[in-house]
Amino acid sequence: MKIRTLGRHVREGVKNLGRNGWMSFASISAVTFTLFILGVFLVLAMNVNFFAQSVEKQVEIRVFMADLTTKENLQQFEQDVRALDKVESVQFISKDEGLKQFRESMGDKAYLFDGLEKGNPLPDAFVVKAKMPQDTAVLAAQIKQMKNVRSLNYGEGTVEKLFAATDTVRNVGIGFIIGLGFTAMFLIANTIKLTIVARRREIEIMKLVGATNWFIRWPFFVEGLLMGITGALIPIVILGVGYYYLLDAIKSSFEATQLFTLLPLFPLVYQVALALLAIGAFIGIWGSLVSVRRFLRV
Amino acid sequence: MIEMFDVWKTYPNGTSALKGVNIRIEKGEFVYVVGPSGAGKSTFIKLMYREEKPSKGQIFLGGFNVSRIKERQIPTVRRSIGVVFQDFKLLPTLTVFENVAFAMEVIESNPKQIKPRVMDVLGLVKLKHKAKMLPNELSGGEQQRVALARALVNNPGIIIADEPTGNLDPETSWEIMKLFEEINQRGTTVVMATHNREIVNTMRKRVIAIEAGQIARDEQRGEYGYED
Repeated sequence: MKIRTLGRHVREGVKNLGRNGWMSFASISAVTFTLFILGVFLVLAMNVNFFAQSVEKQVEIRVFMADLTTKENLQQFEQDVRALDKVESVQFISKDEGLKQFRESMGDKAYLFDGLEKGNPLPDAFVVKAKMPQDTAVLAAQIKQMKNVRSLNYGEGTVEKLFAATDTVRNVGIGFIIGLGFTAMFLIANTIKLTIVARRREIEIMKLVGATNWFIRWPFFVEGLLMGITGALIPIVILGVGYYYLLDAIKSSFEATQLFTLLPLFPLVYQVALALLAIGAFIGIWGSLVSVRRFLRV
Repeated sequence: MIEMFDVWKTYPNGTSALKGVNIRIEKGEFVYVVGPSGAGKSTFIKLMYREEKPSKGQIFLGGFNVSRIKERQIPTVRRSIGVVFQDFKLLPTLTVFENVAFAMEVIESNPKQIKPRVMDVLGLVKLKHKAKMLPNELSGGEQQRVALARALVNNPGIIIADEPTGNLDPETSWEIMKLFEEINQRGTTVVMATHNREIVNTMRKRVIAIEAGQIARDEQRGEYGYED
């Protein structure tokens, strides 16, 4: 295609947006509305995912070593565990340190354990974290088989339930996003179809005088793209500003507790903006091309 | 040159429009296609510019095997043909000039050549002075002249016209026919489906009569031959 022709297609696309002003407005509104809902869900889903991840990250395996394991064997064990490919980190907690931690956790009743330093009953321990929290159970089973391990603990049962819950939340989020995406596409395809019906004659004449199919498609392509992108810009601005104020409100009321942490404004806004623009452009183009196809068979 | 060999056309609904048509139209000829409504005239015409595909048989047009070409070659064939319709098919939002220029833009002609060429053909159909008007400001005959200018602007070797005078009064019809005659004199092949008895019987040309999907008559300097 010649550059000059591209210029013509862009001009035509823009002109058609204006010429079918009300229809364009309807299409853009449909995109804006659906993408806004989609954006809200996206922000929600990303935060839920963030929360789920931070919970998942707290899952760890505590490995208690058999009594009288020699220093060499402890070192050997640590090396062996590190060598496993699912392992993210390994931290050694000696029996003395374990006791210290234990006493701290008892608070003002720590005196009950005075004198235990001499005959410390606690075993040496390791804290192991998996790269993927979901691998924790498998990893635990692997470690259990190794030499000198007396027992281990990773909150069996509770962890599985936690993962099932976070997975459900994720899948429902993805399902919603896909569903909304399709609704938006359908709406746009329908509105563009109406604008094309109005220009049926023009397409027919173009075909009769020997225009190629792509020559006819391009202006619609441009038009759909512009509608999709314009429709995405409005929800991006609303979501960006809205999220900024939401963060502000939460910060002032939950500052002390740290209970409620949301994703920071950046890069979240960029990510959501990019996603909405891409989806808007895609559904705009797709909608216009699908609608024009039917009229090309002259 | 247009040739058809044993061409059949059956529509998906079962209607048999053409049943074994053989025809040869030489370059530079002027041909009327006549016959009762529903006898297959329109199908015959539509097969030439590949709006319809034959169910069986071969069609050759200006070096192309129109019955065999691929979808994406259709534009190439159409660029060698100019088509004119009973209802003009002009774009109401474009001026006379723009309507004619449209046919050149669409096939990506050099923009520098568009203006002089459009003014040229508008001169040929004697509408230069109305170039800036919109179609609905023109009479029927003038609108058909714009349509003819559009069909001619890309210099096609063949002009196909489907009842070009069908919506015009007798006097205007004659003006249009004179233009067709003039175009034909310049070497362009003209194939015209028509119901206009007076024109066929006065401006004598080759007449192909189609009845019940077959060629009933093919005479040089023929007559219309029906009582409408």
